[in-house]
Amino acid sequence: MNPVNYLYLAALLFTIGATGVLIRRNAIVVFMCVELMLNACNLAFVAFSRMHGNLDGQIIAFFTMVVAAAEVVVGLAIIVSLFRTRHSASVDDASLMKL
Amino acid sequence: MENLIALLVAAPLLGAAVLLCGGRRLDAVGHWIGTVLAAVSFVIGIVLFADMLGKGPEERTLTQHLFTWIPVGDFQAEIGFQLDQLSMTFVLLISGVGSLIHLYSVGYMEHDERRRRFFGYLNLFLAAMLLLVLADNYLLLYVGWEGVGLASYLLIGFWQHKPSAATAAKKAFLVNRVGDMGLSIAIMLMFTTFGTFAFGPVLASTGDASEGMLTAIGLMLLLAACGKSAQVPLQSWLGDAMEGPTPVSALIHAATMVTAGVYLIVRSADIFNASPDAQLVTTVVGAVTLLFGAIVGCAKDDIKKALAGSTMSQIGYMVLAAGLGPIGYVFAIMHLVTHGFFKAGLFLGAGSVMHGMNDEVDMRKYGGLRKYMPITFVTFGLGYLAIIGFPGLSGFFSKDKIIEAAFAKGGTEGWILGSVALLGAAITAYYMTRVMLMTFFGEERWRNQPTASPDEPSAEPAAEHHGAHAEPHPHESPKVMTIPMIVLAVGSVFAGGFFSIGNRFEHWLEPVTGYKHGNPPVSALTVTLSTMVVLVIGAGIAYAQYGRRPVPVVAPRGSLLTRAARRDLLQDDFNHVVLVRGGEHLTRSLVYVDHTLVDGVVNGTAASVGGLSGRLRRLQNGYARSYAVSMFGGAAILIAATLLMRGV
Repeated sequence: MNPVNYLYLAALLFTIGATGVLIRRNAIVVFMCVELMLNACNLAFVAFSRMHGNLDGQIIAFFTMVVAAAEVVVGLAIIVSLFRTRHSASVDDASLMKL
Repeated sequence: MENLIALLVAAPLLGAAVLLCGGRRLDAVGHWIGTVLAAVSFVIGIVLFADMLGKGPEERTLTQHLFTWIPVGDFQAEIGFQLDQLSMTFVLLISGVGSLIHLYSVGYMEHDERRRRFFGYLNLFLAAMLLLVLADNYLLLYVGWEGVGLASYLLIGFWQHKPSAATAAKKAFLVNRVGDMGLSIAIMLMFTTFGTFAFGPVLASTGDASEGMLTAIGLMLLLAACGKSAQVPLQSWLGDAMEGPTPVSALIHAATMVTAGVYLIVRSADIFNASPDAQLVTTVVGAVTLLFGAIVGCAKDDIKKALAGSTMSQIGYMVLAAGLGPIGYVFAIMHLVTHGFFKAGLFLGAGSVMHGMNDEVDMRKYGGLRKYMPITFVTFGLGYLAIIGFPGLSGFFSKDKIIEAAFAKGGTEGWILGSVALLGAAITAYYMTRVMLMTFFGEERWRNQPTASPDEPSAEPAAEHHGAHAEPHPHESPKVMTIPMIVLAVGSVFAGGFFSIGNRFEHWLEPVTGYKHGNPPVSALTVTLSTMVVLVIGAGIAYAQYGRRPVPVVAPRGSLLTRAARRDLLQDDFNHVVLVRGGEHLTRSLVYVDHTLVDGVVNGTAASVGGLSGRLRRLQNGYARSYAVSMFGGAAILIAATLLMRGV
């Protein structure tokens, strides 16, 4: 199978993720979309690794997964405490910093 | 012997410290402590004088080095004294006349509750002045110079509860400050030129410096002398200084303060000798002040202010003589000493008159007092004869010599200066005769009218026990006041003649100041005779105006010149228009520049930054998703740019 198709899929997934981050208000969904973008990148890395015939891309993918895991820990903690204080998971409600 | 020199200064300084720090428990004896310590200084002066007379003329200089004050590299400020014939003359005058004035003040200030403090200040004054004349370098002289300024400030403003006295003290201090600046600049110039400011090295090496530098130093010294000695243009403080108690006026005018300027010029003789320009300016300042003071003295109805005008004029004679160079230095100092006697006597006499007249100072409310105050009349009269230069009395010898020396300057200058000095002698005779006639002769104008107008506080607290608003009862002053007046009157009569026998004063001072006999273009006898003639004319006019006609109690309007002279020849108005208004205008324009230009730049910068940030902050709307858009947009642009660059 042509590896370029994987790249198309990665681009599609990334676009879906980015659109979700921009248009959804629910923090959990925004968060999942961020994960989607990260995994789209992983897919692209692995595809490139396959195309170039070396392992660099796969190593980077492992790093990305570690970063994503750390991000999940921190991000979920923030979202939970946000929900506890505001009884809402909407990102637009967390706007205390604006003037 | 030389170890005694420091004691001359230390005695009155100790007195000042004890009296000012001692507190109320010294109130009962404070005035005697002050008087005794002043007299101690005088006695030490006599001892040193006797010792000095026993030596040859060239070995008479004593020096005493105490310690090094500020040792910094090349800059060595020493505390050391130098007693030579010139200093000796001043020491005897300052401590002698000063002691008499202390004694007089015991009586004069009897009813003042702050008498102890007054004597502390008097002692401080003496100590500062003695330090000034005994210093062996210009920096230590400057310390004494400033001390004199401080003491005069404290004493002129002694009755600080009167706003006029407080203002007069401030005025004296500020005007003196201008002169002090001159002295400090002169000292700095000396240090850069000669590398030292001790009298000996500086005066010995004037040949090494350029004439321009010497002229600059000379002019700065002259500025200093103008401030302390009340010479034009820094003369305006002297008249107002009459706000102080009368003994202070006597001390300032006779023994301390105004003589300091003359001392400075004569001490710096070598600098002035090497700079004809500075000498010329000095003579001009002296001549102008001589007439200025005399004219002011003619118009004043306040007895003390008339005498103040007279002091200004007589110091003008001394400065004129000092500007003449070696032919004049000796006579400047001789006139200074004789003037010290008769002017102190005149002021103490004026104080005695005020003491008996409920502190009235307006001579138009005096008259016929000779019957009531015989001793004051006689002593004041002798002082009067001495100051106008009556033949045989002190002023005759000293003033005549100055007039001769002025003519002997030679050329057109000599004629102009000599004529001015001669004219000054005529005016002196006029105003002093006027003071004499208005005070001691004529009708008793004080009858049936209260002195000291009710809305003004009594001028001198000493009057309070009299009931200040009743008709005065003139009476003679107590012995403690008349004795100093008698001693000073004796000095006024005999000092000049004593100095002139065999030209002994010239020989005495010659090793220090140098002396060259000047030959006037006309014979000395002619000068003396013309002095006599102008004296008679001046006194005659005064007699015609004030002796033969009754003196109106309310001053007549008078001519333009009289009115100007009553206002001190507009000196305050001049200062006000030129200096005060000028200063105000300068300040206002600077404030305007500050408000428009400086503040404009600062505020403009702040406003533009503020406006810009006001626009930028709209981007910060607080919504996480709008930030995310910015990030995506930014990232997209970056990636696109990278790709495009690679494509190129």
